[in-house]
Amino acid sequence: MRNMIENIGRRTIKGIEELGYAFSLLAESFMWLLAGRMRKQPVSVATIFQEAMWIGVTAIPIISMLNMAVGVMLAIQAIFTLSKFGAESQVILGLAFVVVREFSPLIVGVLVSGRSGSAITARIGTMQENQEIDALRVIGINPVRYLAAPILVAMCVMLPVLTIWGDLMGILGGGLYTCAKLNMTLHDFFSSSLETLVVADVMQGIIKSVVFAVIIVLIGLSNGFQVSGGAKGVGLATTRSVVLSISFIVLADMVFTYFLSR
Amino acid sequence: MSAQIHRRPVIEIEHLDARYGERQVLTDICLTIYEGEIMVIMGGSGSGKTTLLRHTLGLEQPASGTIRILGRDITAADAKTLYELRTKMGVAFQAGALLGSMTVAENVELPLREHTHLNESTIRIMSRMKLELVNLGGFEDLMPAELSGGMLKRAALARAVVMDPKLLFVDEPSSGLDPVVAAEIDQLILRLRNAMKMTILIVTHDLASAFMIADRIAILDNGRIVMTGGVDAIRASTDRRIQDLLNRRPREATVDAEAYLGRLTGDNP
Repeated sequence: MRNMIENIGRRTIKGIEELGYAFSLLAESFMWLLAGRMRKQPVSVATIFQEAMWIGVTAIPIISMLNMAVGVMLAIQAIFTLSKFGAESQVILGLAFVVVREFSPLIVGVLVSGRSGSAITARIGTMQENQEIDALRVIGINPVRYLAAPILVAMCVMLPVLTIWGDLMGILGGGLYTCAKLNMTLHDFFSSSLETLVVADVMQGIIKSVVFAVIIVLIGLSNGFQVSGGAKGVGLATTRSVVLSISFIVLADMVFTYFLSR
Repeated sequence: MSAQIHRRPVIEIEHLDARYGERQVLTDICLTIYEGEIMVIMGGSGSGKTTLLRHTLGLEQPASGTIRILGRDITAADAKTLYELRTKMGVAFQAGALLGSMTVAENVELPLREHTHLNESTIRIMSRMKLELVNLGGFEDLMPAELSGGMLKRAALARAVVMDPKLLFVDEPSSGLDPVVAAEIDQLILRLRNAMKMTILIVTHDLASAFMIADRIAILDNGRIVMTGGVDAIRASTDRRIQDLLNRRPREATVDAEAYLGRLTGDNP
Protein backbone atom coordinates (compact mmCIF):
# COMPACT_ATOMS: atom_id res chain seq x y z
CA MET A 1 0.00 0.00 0.00
CA ARG A 2 2.76 2.42 1.00
CA ASN A 3 4.69 1.42 -2.07
CA MET A 4 1.71 2.14 -4.25
CA ILE A 5 1.17 5.61 -2.81
CA GLU A 6 4.90 6.34 -3.08
CA ASN A 7 4.76 5.24 -6.67
CA ILE A 8 1.80 7.47 -7.46
CA GLY A 9 3.62 10.35 -5.81
CA ARG A 10 6.79 9.77 -7.77
CA ARG A 11 4.92 9.51 -11.05
CA THR A 12 3.00 12.69 -10.31
CA ILE A 13 6.19 14.59 -9.61
CA LYS A 14 7.75 13.22 -12.78
CA GLY A 15 4.66 14.17 -14.78
CA ILE A 16 4.71 17.72 -13.45
CA GLU A 17 8.44 17.94 -14.18
CA GLU A 18 7.85 16.84 -17.76
CA LEU A 19 5.01 19.29 -18.20
CA GLY A 20 7.25 22.06 -16.92
CA TYR A 21 10.01 20.99 -19.28
CA ALA A 22 7.66 20.95 -22.25
CA PHE A 23 6.35 24.43 -21.49
CA SER A 24 9.84 25.79 -20.93
CA LEU A 25 10.69 24.47 -24.41
CA LEU A 26 7.67 26.32 -25.77
CA ALA A 27 8.59 29.55 -23.98
CA GLU A 28 12.22 29.32 -25.05
CA SER A 29 11.25 28.67 -28.67
CA PHE A 30 9.06 31.79 -28.65
CA MET A 31 11.87 33.75 -27.06
CA TRP A 32 14.26 32.77 -29.89
CA LEU A 33 11.64 33.46 -32.55
CA LEU A 34 11.00 36.94 -31.19
CA ALA A 35 14.43 37.98 -29.89
CA GLY A 36 16.77 35.77 -31.91
CA ARG A 37 17.48 38.39 -34.55
CA MET A 38 18.21 41.01 -31.89
CA ARG A 39 20.67 38.64 -30.25
CA LYS A 40 22.25 38.02 -33.66
CA GLN A 41 21.21 34.37 -33.47
CA PRO A 42 18.10 34.26 -35.63
CA VAL A 43 15.99 31.18 -36.21
CA SER A 44 16.84 30.01 -39.72
CA VAL A 45 14.04 30.62 -42.22
CA ALA A 46 15.52 28.06 -44.60
CA THR A 47 15.28 25.41 -41.88
CA ILE A 48 11.64 26.34 -41.21
CA PHE A 49 10.87 25.77 -44.90
CA GLN A 50 12.75 22.48 -44.89
CA GLU A 51 10.76 21.27 -41.89
CA ALA A 52 7.50 22.52 -43.41
CA MET A 53 8.28 20.56 -46.54
CA TRP A 54 8.95 17.44 -44.53
CA ILE A 55 6.03 17.78 -42.10
CA GLY A 56 3.48 19.15 -44.51
CA VAL A 57 4.05 18.76 -48.22
CA THR A 58 5.23 15.17 -48.14
CA ALA A 59 2.18 14.22 -46.06
CA ILE A 60 -0.34 15.45 -48.64
CA PRO A 61 -0.85 12.14 -50.53
CA ILE A 62 -1.52 10.05 -47.43
CA ILE A 63 -3.73 12.73 -45.89
CA SER A 64 -5.75 13.02 -49.09
CA MET A 65 -6.26 9.29 -49.19
CA LEU A 66 -7.23 8.85 -45.53
CA ASN A 67 -9.52 11.86 -45.41
CA MET A 68 -11.32 10.77 -48.57
CA ALA A 69 -11.78 7.30 -47.10
CA VAL A 70 -13.15 8.80 -43.89
CA GLY A 71 -15.46 11.01 -45.95
CA VAL A 72 -16.83 7.97 -47.78
CA MET A 73 -17.36 6.09 -44.51
CA LEU A 74 -19.13 9.03 -42.92
CA ALA A 75 -21.39 9.38 -45.95
CA ILE A 76 -22.29 5.69 -45.83
CA GLN A 77 -23.12 5.83 -42.13
CA ALA A 78 -24.95 9.13 -42.41
CA ILE A 79 -27.13 8.02 -45.32
CA PHE A 80 -27.88 4.78 -43.49
CA THR A 81 -28.89 6.63 -40.32
CA LEU A 82 -30.81 9.38 -42.09
CA SER A 83 -32.71 6.90 -44.25
CA LYS A 84 -34.40 5.73 -41.03
CA PHE A 85 -36.07 9.14 -40.94
CA GLY A 86 -36.40 9.44 -44.70
CA ALA A 87 -34.04 12.39 -44.62
CA GLU A 88 -31.13 11.24 -46.81
CA SER A 89 -30.93 14.60 -48.53
CA GLN A 90 -29.79 16.15 -45.25
CA VAL A 91 -26.54 14.19 -45.50
CA ILE A 92 -24.74 17.19 -46.99
CA LEU A 93 -25.34 19.26 -43.88
CA GLY A 94 -24.13 16.58 -41.50
CA LEU A 95 -21.15 15.56 -43.58
CA ALA A 96 -19.77 19.06 -44.10
CA PHE A 97 -20.09 19.90 -40.42
CA VAL A 98 -18.60 16.75 -39.03
CA VAL A 99 -15.68 16.63 -41.48
CA VAL A 100 -14.68 20.25 -41.02
CA ARG A 101 -15.25 20.52 -37.30
CA GLU A 102 -14.14 17.10 -36.15
CA PHE A 103 -12.74 14.48 -38.44
CA SER A 104 -10.33 16.38 -40.62
CA PRO A 105 -8.36 17.98 -37.74
CA LEU A 106 -8.41 14.72 -35.80
CA ILE A 107 -7.26 12.48 -38.66
CA VAL A 108 -4.60 14.97 -39.70
CA GLY A 109 -3.40 15.35 -36.10
CA VAL A 110 -3.18 11.61 -35.50
CA LEU A 111 -1.49 11.00 -38.82
CA VAL A 112 1.09 13.76 -38.42
CA SER A 113 1.87 12.69 -34.87
CA GLY A 114 2.51 9.15 -36.09
CA ARG A 115 4.49 10.34 -39.06
CA SER A 116 6.37 13.42 -37.89
CA GLY A 117 6.02 13.35 -34.10
CA SER A 118 7.78 9.99 -33.95
CA ALA A 119 10.43 11.20 -36.38
CA ILE A 120 11.08 14.31 -34.27
CA THR A 121 11.65 12.18 -31.17
CA ALA A 122 13.81 9.64 -33.00
CA ARG A 123 15.90 12.33 -34.66
CA ILE A 124 16.48 14.47 -31.56
CA GLY A 125 16.97 11.36 -29.41
CA THR A 126 19.62 9.95 -31.73
CA MET A 127 21.35 13.31 -31.82
CA GLN A 128 21.32 13.35 -28.02
CA GLU A 129 22.83 9.86 -27.87
CA ASN A 130 25.51 10.72 -30.46
CA GLN A 131 26.49 13.84 -28.48
CA GLU A 132 25.40 15.96 -31.45
CA ILE A 133 23.32 18.14 -29.12
CA ASP A 134 26.36 18.62 -26.86
CA ALA A 135 28.40 19.46 -29.94
CA LEU A 136 25.87 22.14 -30.91
CA ARG A 137 25.95 23.60 -27.41
CA VAL A 138 29.73 23.83 -27.27
CA ILE A 139 29.82 25.43 -30.70
CA GLY A 140 27.57 28.06 -29.16
CA ILE A 141 24.42 27.01 -31.00
CA ASN A 142 21.42 26.83 -28.74
CA PRO A 143 19.66 23.53 -29.57
CA VAL A 144 16.22 25.02 -28.91
CA ARG A 145 16.83 27.80 -31.41
CA TYR A 146 18.50 25.56 -33.95
CA LEU A 147 16.33 22.44 -33.73
CA ALA A 148 13.13 23.12 -31.79
CA ALA A 149 11.93 26.55 -32.93
CA PRO A 150 11.91 25.77 -36.69
CA ILE A 151 9.92 22.57 -36.08
CA LEU A 152 7.42 24.45 -33.91
CA VAL A 153 6.79 27.14 -36.53
CA ALA A 154 6.61 24.65 -39.39
CA MET A 155 4.17 22.43 -37.51
CA CYS A 156 1.94 25.33 -36.40
CA VAL A 157 1.71 26.54 -40.00
CA MET A 158 1.46 23.22 -41.78
CA LEU A 159 -1.05 21.42 -39.58
CA PRO A 160 -3.83 23.99 -40.19
CA VAL A 161 -2.99 23.99 -43.91
CA LEU A 162 -3.16 20.21 -44.02
CA THR A 163 -6.42 20.37 -42.08
CA ILE A 164 -8.00 22.68 -44.67
CA TRP A 165 -6.79 20.35 -47.41
CA GLY A 166 -8.18 17.43 -45.41
CA ASP A 167 -11.55 19.27 -45.15
CA LEU A 168 -11.75 19.42 -48.93
CA MET A 169 -10.69 15.81 -49.39
CA GLY A 170 -13.13 14.55 -46.74
CA ILE A 171 -16.03 16.43 -48.33
CA LEU A 172 -14.91 15.20 -51.76
CA GLY A 173 -14.88 11.58 -50.55
CA GLY A 174 -18.30 11.94 -48.96
CA GLY A 175 -19.54 13.77 -52.02
CA LEU A 176 -18.45 11.07 -54.46
CA TYR A 177 -20.39 8.44 -52.55
CA THR A 178 -23.43 10.63 -51.95
CA CYS A 179 -23.65 11.69 -55.59
CA ALA A 180 -23.56 8.11 -56.77
CA LYS A 181 -26.11 7.05 -54.18
CA LEU A 182 -28.54 9.99 -54.39
CA ASN A 183 -28.09 10.92 -58.08
CA MET A 184 -26.65 14.39 -57.48
CA THR A 185 -23.88 16.17 -59.34
CA LEU A 186 -20.63 16.79 -57.50
CA HIS A 187 -21.00 20.47 -58.34
CA ASP A 188 -24.34 20.67 -56.52
CA PHE A 189 -22.96 18.73 -53.62
CA PHE A 190 -20.00 21.11 -53.18
CA SER A 191 -22.02 24.27 -53.60
CA SER A 192 -24.58 23.20 -51.00
CA SER A 193 -21.78 22.06 -48.68
CA LEU A 194 -20.06 25.43 -48.95
CA GLU A 195 -23.39 27.17 -48.37
CA THR A 196 -23.96 25.24 -45.17
CA LEU A 197 -20.54 25.95 -43.73
CA VAL A 198 -19.76 29.24 -42.05
CA VAL A 199 -16.34 30.60 -41.19
CA ALA A 200 -16.79 29.61 -37.55
CA ASP A 201 -17.01 25.92 -38.50
CA VAL A 202 -13.76 26.01 -40.43
CA MET A 203 -12.14 28.08 -37.68
CA GLN A 204 -13.09 25.47 -35.11
CA GLY A 205 -11.09 22.89 -37.04
CA ILE A 206 -8.18 25.25 -37.53
CA ILE A 207 -7.98 26.26 -33.86
CA LYS A 208 -7.94 22.60 -32.93
CA SER A 209 -5.20 21.85 -35.43
CA VAL A 210 -2.97 24.59 -33.98
CA VAL A 211 -3.44 23.07 -30.51
CA PHE A 212 -2.64 19.62 -31.91
CA ALA A 213 0.47 21.03 -33.59
CA VAL A 214 1.76 22.37 -30.27
CA ILE A 215 0.98 19.03 -28.57
CA ILE A 216 2.83 16.99 -31.24
CA VAL A 217 5.89 19.25 -31.21
CA LEU A 218 6.21 19.59 -27.44
CA ILE A 219 5.75 15.88 -26.76
CA GLY A 220 8.02 14.92 -29.66
CA LEU A 221 10.77 17.30 -28.65
CA SER A 222 10.71 16.79 -24.90
CA ASN A 223 10.82 13.01 -25.28
CA GLY A 224 13.67 13.38 -27.77
CA PHE A 225 15.76 15.73 -25.65
CA GLN A 226 15.34 13.51 -22.60
CA VAL A 227 16.42 10.28 -24.25
CA SER A 228 18.90 8.13 -22.38
CA GLY A 229 19.90 4.51 -22.72
CA GLY A 230 21.13 4.09 -26.28
CA ALA A 231 19.17 2.59 -29.15
CA LYS A 232 16.62 1.04 -26.80
CA GLY A 233 16.09 4.42 -25.16
CA VAL A 234 15.43 6.06 -28.52
CA GLY A 235 12.93 3.31 -29.39
CA LEU A 236 11.10 3.65 -26.08
CA ALA A 237 10.98 7.42 -26.32
CA THR A 238 9.60 7.26 -29.85
CA THR A 239 6.81 4.87 -28.87
CA ARG A 240 6.03 6.96 -25.82
CA SER A 241 5.96 10.13 -27.87
CA VAL A 242 3.44 8.77 -30.37
CA VAL A 243 1.17 7.21 -27.74
CA LEU A 244 1.23 10.34 -25.58
CA SER A 245 0.63 12.76 -28.41
CA ILE A 246 -2.28 10.77 -29.87
CA SER A 247 -3.83 10.47 -26.39
CA PHE A 248 -3.42 14.17 -25.71
CA ILE A 249 -4.80 15.04 -29.14
CA VAL A 250 -7.96 13.02 -28.52
CA LEU A 251 -8.38 14.47 -25.01
CA ALA A 252 -7.76 18.02 -26.19
CA ASP A 253 -10.19 17.45 -29.04
CA MET A 254 -12.90 16.45 -26.57
CA VAL A 255 -12.31 19.51 -24.39
CA PHE A 256 -12.25 21.87 -27.36
CA THR A 257 -15.31 20.34 -28.98
CA TYR A 258 -17.18 20.81 -25.71
CA PHE A 259 -16.27 24.48 -25.42
CA LEU A 260 -16.34 25.42 -29.10
CA SER A 261 -19.62 23.68 -29.94
CA ARG A 262 -21.73 25.35 -27.28
CA MET B 1 57.51 24.44 -14.63
CA SER B 2 59.07 27.80 -13.88
CA ALA B 3 58.21 29.06 -17.36
CA GLN B 4 54.56 28.31 -16.73
CA ILE B 5 54.37 30.43 -13.63
CA HIS B 6 54.73 33.56 -15.75
CA ARG B 7 52.14 32.39 -18.22
CA ARG B 8 48.54 33.40 -18.06
CA PRO B 9 46.19 30.76 -16.65
CA VAL B 10 43.49 29.92 -19.19
CA ILE B 11 41.46 27.36 -17.26
CA GLU B 12 41.25 27.52 -13.47
CA ILE B 13 39.27 24.84 -11.71
CA GLU B 14 38.89 25.34 -7.97
CA HIS B 15 37.45 22.91 -5.44
CA LEU B 16 35.10 21.35 -7.95
CA ASP B 17 32.64 18.78 -6.62
CA ALA B 18 30.30 16.95 -8.96
CA ARG B 19 27.47 14.54 -8.28
CA TYR B 20 25.09 12.46 -10.37
CA GLY B 21 22.14 12.13 -8.04
CA GLU B 22 23.49 10.68 -4.82
CA ARG B 23 26.75 9.49 -6.33
CA GLN B 24 29.81 11.69 -5.83
CA VAL B 25 31.75 11.64 -9.11
CA LEU B 26 34.36 14.36 -8.59
CA THR B 27 35.79 15.48 -5.26
CA ASP B 28 37.68 18.72 -4.65
CA ILE B 29 39.29 19.03 -8.07
CA CYS B 30 41.82 21.86 -8.34
CA LEU B 31 43.58 22.29 -11.66
CA THR B 32 45.13 25.22 -13.53
CA ILE B 33 45.99 25.09 -17.19
CA TYR B 34 48.25 27.75 -18.66
CA GLU B 35 48.30 29.44 -22.01
CA GLY B 36 49.86 27.37 -24.78
CA GLU B 37 50.28 24.16 -22.84
CA ILE B 38 48.94 20.72 -23.58
CA MET B 39 47.39 19.30 -20.45
CA VAL B 40 46.39 15.66 -20.47
CA ILE B 41 43.89 14.37 -17.94
CA MET B 42 44.50 10.69 -17.56
CA GLY B 43 42.61 8.05 -15.65
CA GLY B 44 40.98 4.68 -15.94
CA SER B 45 37.33 4.12 -16.84
CA GLY B 46 35.03 5.51 -14.19
CA SER B 47 37.71 7.81 -12.80
CA GLY B 48 35.53 10.82 -13.61
CA LYS B 49 37.58 12.25 -16.46
CA THR B 50 34.66 12.59 -18.86
CA THR B 51 32.59 14.23 -16.12
CA LEU B 52 35.43 16.66 -15.49
CA LEU B 53 35.53 17.50 -19.20
CA ARG B 54 31.76 18.02 -19.37
CA HIS B 55 31.91 20.40 -16.43
CA THR B 56 34.79 22.31 -17.94
CA LEU B 57 32.77 22.70 -21.13
CA GLY B 58 29.83 24.09 -19.18
CA LEU B 59 27.60 21.17 -20.16
CA GLU B 60 26.91 20.29 -16.51
CA GLN B 61 26.45 22.40 -13.41
CA PRO B 62 28.83 21.44 -10.57
CA ALA B 63 27.56 20.73 -7.06
CA SER B 64 30.11 23.25 -5.79
CA GLY B 65 33.34 24.94 -6.81
CA THR B 66 34.26 27.31 -9.62
CA ILE B 67 35.56 26.89 -13.15
CA ARG B 68 37.10 29.98 -14.75
CA ILE B 69 37.82 29.96 -18.45
CA LEU B 70 39.77 32.91 -19.84
CA GLY B 71 39.06 34.65 -16.55
CA ARG B 72 35.25 34.17 -16.61
CA ASP B 73 33.51 31.93 -14.11
CA ILE B 74 31.36 29.65 -16.28
CA THR B 75 29.41 28.23 -13.35
CA ALA B 76 27.87 31.65 -12.76
CA ALA B 77 28.05 33.11 -16.27
CA ASP B 78 24.96 34.35 -18.12
CA ALA B 79 24.01 33.05 -21.55
CA LYS B 80 25.72 35.90 -23.39
CA THR B 81 29.08 35.44 -21.64
CA LEU B 82 28.93 31.70 -22.19
CA TYR B 83 28.09 32.27 -25.86
CA GLU B 84 31.07 34.57 -26.29
CA LEU B 85 33.37 32.13 -24.52
CA ARG B 86 32.20 29.30 -26.72
CA THR B 87 33.28 31.12 -29.86
CA LYS B 88 36.81 30.92 -28.41
CA MET B 89 36.62 27.21 -27.58
CA GLY B 90 36.76 24.20 -29.87
CA VAL B 91 35.70 20.73 -28.83
CA ALA B 92 36.34 17.38 -30.51
CA PHE B 93 34.13 14.70 -28.99
CA GLN B 94 35.10 11.08 -28.63
CA ALA B 95 33.04 9.72 -31.53
CA GLY B 96 33.21 12.96 -33.48
CA ALA B 97 29.60 14.05 -32.85
CA LEU B 98 29.34 15.38 -36.39
CA LEU B 99 25.77 16.27 -37.32
CA GLY B 100 24.53 13.24 -39.23
CA SER B 101 22.27 15.28 -41.50
CA MET B 102 25.11 17.36 -42.96
CA THR B 103 28.14 16.61 -45.10
CA VAL B 104 31.64 16.78 -43.64
CA ALA B 105 32.20 20.21 -45.19
CA GLU B 106 28.87 21.56 -43.89
CA ASN B 107 29.79 20.32 -40.42
CA VAL B 108 33.13 22.11 -40.52
CA GLU B 109 31.52 25.26 -41.93
CA LEU B 110 28.78 25.31 -39.27
CA PRO B 111 30.63 27.38 -36.60
CA LEU B 112 31.68 29.92 -39.25
CA ARG B 113 28.15 30.26 -40.56
CA GLU B 114 26.75 30.71 -37.06
CA HIS B 115 29.33 33.10 -35.66
CA THR B 116 30.69 35.10 -38.58
CA HIS B 117 29.35 37.09 -41.53
CA LEU B 118 32.02 35.91 -43.94
CA ASN B 119 30.99 35.44 -47.52
CA GLU B 120 30.35 32.04 -48.99
CA SER B 121 33.70 31.62 -50.74
CA THR B 122 35.71 32.65 -47.67
CA ILE B 123 33.79 30.15 -45.55
CA ARG B 124 34.44 27.50 -48.15
CA ILE B 125 38.15 28.23 -48.34
CA MET B 126 38.57 28.34 -44.56
CA SER B 127 36.80 25.02 -44.04
CA ARG B 128 38.78 23.39 -46.89
CA MET B 129 41.99 24.63 -45.30
CA LYS B 130 41.10 23.02 -42.00
CA LEU B 131 40.10 19.78 -43.73
CA GLU B 132 43.44 19.78 -45.57
CA LEU B 133 45.15 20.32 -42.23
CA VAL B 134 43.66 17.07 -40.92
CA ASN B 135 44.35 15.25 -44.20
CA LEU B 136 40.71 15.06 -45.20
CA GLY B 137 40.99 17.05 -48.40
CA GLY B 138 38.68 15.52 -51.01
CA PHE B 139 36.29 14.04 -48.45
CA GLU B 140 34.22 17.18 -47.95
CA ASP B 141 31.10 15.95 -49.70
CA LEU B 142 30.80 12.68 -47.81
CA MET B 143 28.25 12.18 -45.04
CA PRO B 144 29.58 11.37 -41.53
CA ALA B 145 28.09 7.86 -41.78
CA GLU B 146 30.43 7.18 -44.70
CA LEU B 147 33.60 7.93 -42.71
CA SER B 148 35.77 5.58 -40.65
CA GLY B 149 36.35 6.13 -36.92
CA GLY B 150 39.69 7.84 -37.46
CA MET B 151 38.31 10.08 -40.20
CA LEU B 152 35.39 11.08 -37.97
CA LYS B 153 37.80 12.10 -35.22
CA ARG B 154 39.89 14.11 -37.68
CA ALA B 155 36.80 15.77 -39.15
CA ALA B 156 35.70 16.63 -35.61
CA LEU B 157 39.12 18.19 -34.99
CA ALA B 158 38.77 20.23 -38.17
CA ARG B 159 35.38 21.52 -36.99
CA ALA B 160 36.80 22.23 -33.53
CA VAL B 161 39.62 24.42 -34.88
CA VAL B 162 37.81 26.10 -37.77
CA MET B 163 37.25 29.27 -35.73
CA ASP B 164 40.93 29.30 -34.64
CA PRO B 165 39.95 28.95 -30.99
CA LYS B 166 42.24 29.88 -28.11
CA LEU B 167 41.28 26.69 -26.37
CA LEU B 168 40.89 23.19 -27.72
CA PHE B 169 39.32 20.26 -25.86
CA VAL B 170 39.78 16.74 -27.15
CA ASP B 171 37.98 13.74 -25.67
CA GLU B 172 39.81 10.41 -26.09
CA PRO B 173 41.65 11.25 -29.30
CA SER B 174 43.09 7.76 -29.77
CA SER B 175 40.40 5.43 -28.42
CA GLY B 176 39.18 2.87 -30.92
CA LEU B 177 41.90 3.67 -33.45
CA ASP B 178 44.76 1.55 -34.69
CA PRO B 179 48.20 2.64 -33.39
CA VAL B 180 49.24 4.29 -36.64
CA VAL B 181 46.14 6.45 -36.93
CA ALA B 182 46.35 7.22 -33.20
CA ALA B 183 49.94 8.42 -33.65
CA GLU B 184 48.86 10.55 -36.60
CA ILE B 185 46.22 12.23 -34.47
CA ASP B 186 48.82 12.88 -31.75
CA GLN B 187 51.07 14.52 -34.34
CA LEU B 188 48.15 16.55 -35.58
CA ILE B 189 47.42 17.85 -32.08
CA LEU B 190 51.07 18.85 -31.63
CA ARG B 191 50.98 20.61 -35.00
CA LEU B 192 47.85 22.50 -34.03
CA ARG B 193 49.45 23.74 -30.83
CA ASN B 194 52.68 24.75 -32.54
CA ALA B 195 51.01 26.36 -35.53
CA MET B 196 48.13 28.10 -33.78
CA LYS B 197 49.47 28.48 -30.24
CA MET B 198 46.37 26.88 -28.78
CA THR B 199 45.92 25.76 -25.23
CA ILE B 200 44.84 22.14 -25.40
CA LEU B 201 43.09 19.98 -22.82
CA ILE B 202 43.00 16.29 -23.64
CA VAL B 203 41.16 13.56 -21.79
CA THR B 204 42.50 10.07 -22.41
CA HIS B 205 43.33 6.70 -20.95
CA ASP B 206 46.01 6.03 -23.56
CA LEU B 207 49.42 6.14 -21.87
CA ALA B 208 51.58 6.19 -24.98
CA SER B 209 49.60 9.05 -26.45
CA ALA B 210 49.63 11.00 -23.18
CA PHE B 211 53.41 10.76 -22.78
CA MET B 212 53.91 11.67 -26.40
CA ILE B 213 51.99 14.94 -26.44
CA ALA B 214 51.56 16.19 -22.88
CA ASP B 215 53.36 19.12 -21.33
CA ARG B 216 51.75 18.21 -18.06
CA ILE B 217 49.58 15.31 -16.97
CA ALA B 218 46.92 15.21 -14.28
CA ILE B 219 46.12 11.72 -13.00
CA LEU B 220 42.54 11.20 -11.94
CA ASP B 221 41.49 8.29 -9.79
CA ASN B 222 38.11 7.74 -8.20
CA GLY B 223 37.10 11.35 -8.78
CA ARG B 224 40.20 12.89 -7.21
CA ILE B 225 43.36 14.26 -8.74
CA VAL B 226 46.19 12.05 -7.51
CA MET B 227 49.01 14.01 -9.05
CA THR B 228 49.68 16.80 -11.52
CA GLY B 229 53.08 17.17 -13.11
CA GLY B 230 55.37 16.94 -16.10
CA VAL B 231 55.88 13.66 -17.92
CA ASP B 232 59.12 12.86 -16.06
CA ALA B 233 57.63 13.63 -12.67
CA ILE B 234 54.69 11.32 -13.38
CA ARG B 235 57.01 8.53 -14.49
CA ALA B 236 59.13 8.95 -11.37
CA SER B 237 56.18 8.96 -9.02
CA THR B 238 56.12 6.28 -6.37
CA ASP B 239 52.36 6.51 -5.79
CA ARG B 240 50.92 3.04 -6.13
CA ARG B 241 47.84 4.10 -8.09
CA ILE B 242 49.99 5.92 -10.63
CA GLN B 243 52.38 3.02 -10.91
CA ASP B 244 49.39 0.68 -11.40
CA LEU B 245 48.21 2.84 -14.26
CA LEU B 246 51.68 3.19 -15.82
CA ASN B 247 52.52 -0.49 -15.57
CA ARG B 248 49.08 -1.74 -16.57
CA ARG B 249 48.75 -3.59 -13.26
CA PRO B 250 45.32 -4.75 -12.19
CA ARG B 251 44.08 -3.06 -9.07
CA GLU B 252 44.44 -5.13 -5.95
CA ALA B 253 40.91 -5.24 -4.74
CA THR B 254 40.64 -5.70 -0.99
CA VAL B 255 37.54 -7.73 -0.32
CA ASP B 256 35.32 -6.73 2.57
CA ALA B 257 33.51 -9.99 3.22
CA GLU B 258 30.48 -8.43 4.83
CA ALA B 259 29.94 -5.78 2.16
CA TYR B 260 30.44 -8.43 -0.52
CA LEU B 261 27.75 -10.64 0.98
CA GLY B 262 25.49 -7.62 1.32
CA ARG B 263 25.88 -6.79 -2.37
CA LEU B 264 25.12 -10.37 -3.36
CA THR B 265 21.97 -10.66 -1.29
CA GLY B 266 20.83 -7.10 -1.92
CA ASP B 267 20.76 -6.21 1.81
CA ASN B 268 22.79 -3.26 2.86
CA PRO B 269 24.70 -4.26 5.96
